Amino acid sequence: MKILVPVKRVIDYNVKPRVKADGSGVDLANVKMSMNPFDEIAVEEAIRLKEKGKASEIVAVSIGPAKAQETLRTALAMGADRAILVQTPDEVGAEVEPLAVAKILKAIADEEQPGLIILGKQSISDDSNQTGQMLAALMGRPQGTFANTVEVEGDHVIVKREVDGGLQTVKLALPAIVTTDLRLNEPRYASLPNIMKAKQKPLATKTPADYGVDITPRLTTLKVSEPPVRQAGIKVADVAELVEKVKALGIA
Amino acid sequence: MKTLVLVEHDNAKLSDATLPVVTAAGKLGEVHLLVAGHNCGAVAEAAAKIAGVAKVLVADDAAYAHGLAENVAPLVAQLMGDYDAFLAPATTSGKNIAPRVAAQLDVMQISEILSVEGPKTFTRPIYAGNAIATVESSDPKLVITVRGTAFEKAAAEGGSAPIEAVTGPGDAGTSSFVGSEIAKSERPELTSAKVIVSGGRALKDAETFAAVITPLADKLGAAIGASRAAVDAGYVPNDYQVGQTGKIVAPEVYFAIGISGAIQHLAGMKDSKVIIAINKDEDAPIFQVADIGLVADLYQAVPELTAAL
Ligand SMILES: Cc1cc2nc3c(=O)[nH]c(=O)nc-3n(C[C@H](O)[C@H](O)[C@H](O)COP(=O)(O)OP(=O)(O)OC[C@H]3O[C@@H](n4cnc5c(N)ncnc54)[C@H](O)[C@@H]3O)c2cc1C
Ligand SMILES: Nc1ncnc2c1ncn2[C@@H]1O[C@H](COP(=O)(O)O)[C@@H](O)[C@H]1O
Repeated sequence: MKILVPVKRVIDYNVKPRVKADGSGVDLANVKMSMNPFDEIAVEEAIRLKEKGKASEIVAVSIGPAKAQETLRTALAMGADRAILVQTPDEVGAEVEPLAVAKILKAIADEEQPGLIILGKQSISDDSNQTGQMLAALMGRPQGTFANTVEVEGDHVIVKREVDGGLQTVKLALPAIVTTDLRLNEPRYASLPNIMKAKQKPLATKTPADYGVDITPRLTTLKVSEPPVRQAGIKVADVAELVEKVKALGIA
Repeated sequence: MKTLVLVEHDNAKLSDATLPVVTAAGKLGEVHLLVAGHNCGAVAEAAAKIAGVAKVLVADDAAYAHGLAENVAPLVAQLMGDYDAFLAPATTSGKNIAPRVAAQLDVMQISEILSVEGPKTFTRPIYAGNAIATVESSDPKLVITVRGTAFEKAAAEGGSAPIEAVTGPGDAGTSSFVGSEIAKSERPELTSAKVIVSGGRALKDAETFAAVITPLADKLGAAIGASRAAVDAGYVPNDYQVGQTGKIVAPEVYFAIGISGAIQHLAGMKDSKVIIAINKDEDAPIFQVADIGLVADLYQAVPELTAAL
């Protein structure tokens, strides 16, 4: 079974995003970029399935600017076998919307015929939480979103999902789509030898047009602004003063 | 404009998460509700009583019993022939189903809206709430998830909408429900609680977390929350996580105890009315958003506070 893992290049999670003064977006110039953290978890899960003998090949895919190659090389260094970059115009901030990403992934899945596609549940840039579900709909296949554990057994996969009240377990017929939650695994770091080896692994470059997908956005961003800033309040000297303040709030 | 709102429920009870979505939908036009479930008549009746609702559709079928997206999304997509907008709460079930509906309708979803600015214009948080985008849709139909803390709850009583049975394609045959581990608790729910006591990595382990945080929460009748670090380390279940990728909360009072205040955590609680932080590090970022801060060792401060309340 082949596993497809879409990985997105996003602002590093340690960086505090700054809104551009002209309100056109978030400033990404000279900002550290990394693989979306949920996608690292997706790559790791695919590698573990391969190590368990449940998968034969892992193909990483990224839709983005030329620099998204770096993200794919990271996936290859972690253990993916080959990569596909679907390159989009380079202008900063040109983000492809989840619907268009899902359409491109659907076209790639039609070609590659993976048994499992593992995505992140959410990209920490646009916070959409849509792509996996959309891909599953376009393919007419089942989805195990917000996965906490994934077990492939024969022609199906059992996914334990992190839901609002706790956990829910579903059984999905393969091929299936899974999206990762934080507790699925702890991604490995790529070792230096593996980073070197990754440079030799195949990386194909395509464009959205190769898959016949129109990436014109459906949503227009009219403006991007700073959220209201919260002012720091006071510090109390001791517990006695805190008790007074809490009592004054009328909750105790 | 005619809107269809997905009702959140467990077949027996309507969840409060539905109510802010009704308010958001009301800003767009006429509000109809969809109850998709099994033996869910009581939910439909409760839905019909919500103020401002014009009609309730009920799809009662074993295929919808567990809210499986593979089965519910085609039902919604079919009903959307008669509607201009579909709205769901930005809960795990809403987030699971709505994008699947959007793709079936070939429209972009607008995730976690904070406000309705016009018939096709909305604000939504991006980058963990560090930026707010105003977006306009060019799609013929809207698919939206609604952040519950951003809209007032519609009144649960006062309406008397007619209830109409509908049927959908039923079981897609690709997925099945195996089981769930849903903890029953007497505590208020995290997303609707007036007071929340949250603990972080500093709480050491599950026993210590329970020994320090629970008595304070009990005293205040509060819900219990946690940082990702506390959840990852197994101090508390995953659904206690507050933050960018956990639950978004906005209680009257939020206690952050032994939590540093990473941007991902702040994203989930910075709209709380009053934030109280207890941390031994006076430079912890949580103090930049806290209304009341106490620099102290939580192992002394929290038991003292609990005893004094
Ligand atoms: C993709 C992604 C998504 C994430 N999503 C979330 C999310 O939704 N929610 C979330 O919370 N995090 C999230 N995180 C994690 C986040 O970045 C932080 O790592 C996490 O919030 C830290 O948790 P913490 O504050 O409990 O731990 P720490 O940062 O380790 O802070 C512990 C604090 O306790 C204090 N302390 C220690 N001992 C004592 C004592 N005896 N008395 C008083 N104070 C003490 C310390 O001074 C410190 O400030 C996410 C991260 C990533 C990469
Ligand atoms: N441009 C992209 N390239 C590759 N994968 C993507 C891209 N955008 C989204 N994804 C995948 O979809 C997941 C969810 O993203 P989103 O729906 O944007 O929150 C991510 O974690 C990725 O796995």
